Amino acid sequence: MSEAASPWLLLAQLCQMTIVMALAPLLTGLVRKVKARLQRRVGPPLVQPYLDLRRLMLKEVVLAENASWLFRIMPYLILSITWVAAALVPTFATGLMFSWSGDLIVIAGLLGAARFAQALAGLDVGTSFGGIGSSREVMFASLAEPAIIMIILCVALIAGSTQLSTIADHMANGEVGLRVSLALALVGLIIVALAENARIPVDNPATHLELTMVHEAMVLEYSGRHLAMIDLAAFLKLLLYVSLIGCIFFPFGIAQSGSGPEFYLLGLLIYLMKLGVCGVLLGVLEMSIAKMRVFRVPNFLGGAFMLGLLGVLLLYVSRGM
Amino acid sequence: MHGIDFDIAHMLAGLLVLMSFLMLYQVRLLPLLNVLAAHAFVLSLSVSWQAYIQHAPHLFITAGIALVFKAIIVPMVLRRMVVRMGIHREIETVVSIGLTMLAGLGLVALSLEVMLPLTAGAEPVVREDIALALSVVLIGLLMMVTRRNAVSQVVGFMSLENGINLAATGARGMPLVVEISVAFSVLIAFIVIGIFLFRIRERFDTVDVGVMDEFRGGRQ
Repeated sequence: MSEAASPWLLLAQLCQMTIVMALAPLLTGLVRKVKARLQRRVGPPLVQPYLDLRRLMLKEVVLAENASWLFRIMPYLILSITWVAAALVPTFATGLMFSWSGDLIVIAGLLGAARFAQALAGLDVGTSFGGIGSSREVMFASLAEPAIIMIILCVALIAGSTQLSTIADHMANGEVGLRVSLALALVGLIIVALAENARIPVDNPATHLELTMVHEAMVLEYSGRHLAMIDLAAFLKLLLYVSLIGCIFFPFGIAQSGSGPEFYLLGLLIYLMKLGVCGVLLGVLEMSIAKMRVFRVPNFLGGAFMLGLLGVLLLYVSRGM
Repeated sequence: MHGIDFDIAHMLAGLLVLMSFLMLYQVRLLPLLNVLAAHAFVLSLSVSWQAYIQHAPHLFITAGIALVFKAIIVPMVLRRMVVRMGIHREIETVVSIGLTMLAGLGLVALSLEVMLPLTAGAEPVVREDIALALSVVLIGLLMMVTRRNAVSQVVGFMSLENGINLAATGARGMPLVVEISVAFSVLIAFIVIGIFLFRIRERFDTVDVGVMDEFRGGRQ
């Protein structure tokens, strides 16, 4: 990295931070719109999540009587951690200012920290719903983490690094070829992403029915700007997983460090297209399957773990040549 | 034989293992039969790819047999049988799925561990085909051991046979006669098993193998 280029890299990094924050509600809006259209409803406009956030920001906060300081600071903590994590994943370009810290294990750790904060906040007020939500969330997380570690191992063995920028560059070069392990890791990561984002086979993001909710149960006590921040963090997390899948498995069009501004612009356009495709696919997927029972979820996530492990095993077959 | 040829062969064989795992994951009978059909379909793809890269036209016949008999006819007949016996809504819960899948992973690791040193001199594609084929066979056996429903055991048996087929196509020079006779013997075994299923059902009103243990005489 030359000295002259570093202001540009910083600028690009700032751009990325702004872009992820600005686009996250739009992605969720798109998924909702697709689902609504498939149900033959008109559905809320694409910008509805922004309007919701503004409305929540303007409303006053209602706190439970026995809410402690934890309950109040957690939304800020969750939002900032998730934002940092989302800004570290390469979206339209690799080799940005802080890309050296954008490591897969760091991202997993940051998301784990945010989840910890959220589970703690869910328990804080002491209502039964918060407790149910937190305990289920933690149970799913304990199953999803081994799976994500396996997937990281699989990808890292192929790319020779856990740093996302390097992985994206390596995958974009096209020398990887066709690897069944990568396909397995992709399916595993999609399963983990569905579970972590509380999407449909695991949790239903659109309901407040007590038997089915996990994420919604945890945040039930929040209101006003706190709820806005937690919602925004959830939007960011969805965007993060989409970018993660995009930069590891479909890194075409991503601008590499040192390329001109026109490549950055092109990368941005392609990134927007990727987001759109993923949003539509997620909406279609959510419409075409039913929510599974909570007790089936361990098997589902176990499947992700198994896929990751199988990918690693198969990698040794092809590497043993 | 390098590059993309190898990658595709590797991918198809790996997909077959994945299908075996899907089979272990599935506890409902009708979806299980769909997975069986997909299993055979992947097998026929894999065999045709081998035929293409080995320039062995007779393997296309094997692929055709796999496609017509195992991917279409056998699952269809099994489906009709299941519907006629009225057990298409049954769910098996015998050993937990997670444990079975872990055991399956162990079997995959075992077969890689056994086969890779054993075939060190062979061509890469053959080596890994045989290693993966052995894991498909072992997972088929595992399926037959862990399931209580006779129909699922038949499905395990069919997937086992698919694994044998994969191994056979990987190794060059297997005569076509042998393959055809294997295919037909499996078909005959399938018919026999089918008749047996109905006899078992008539006699004991169930195809749950666990229940039939009670009818065994002379057990102390």
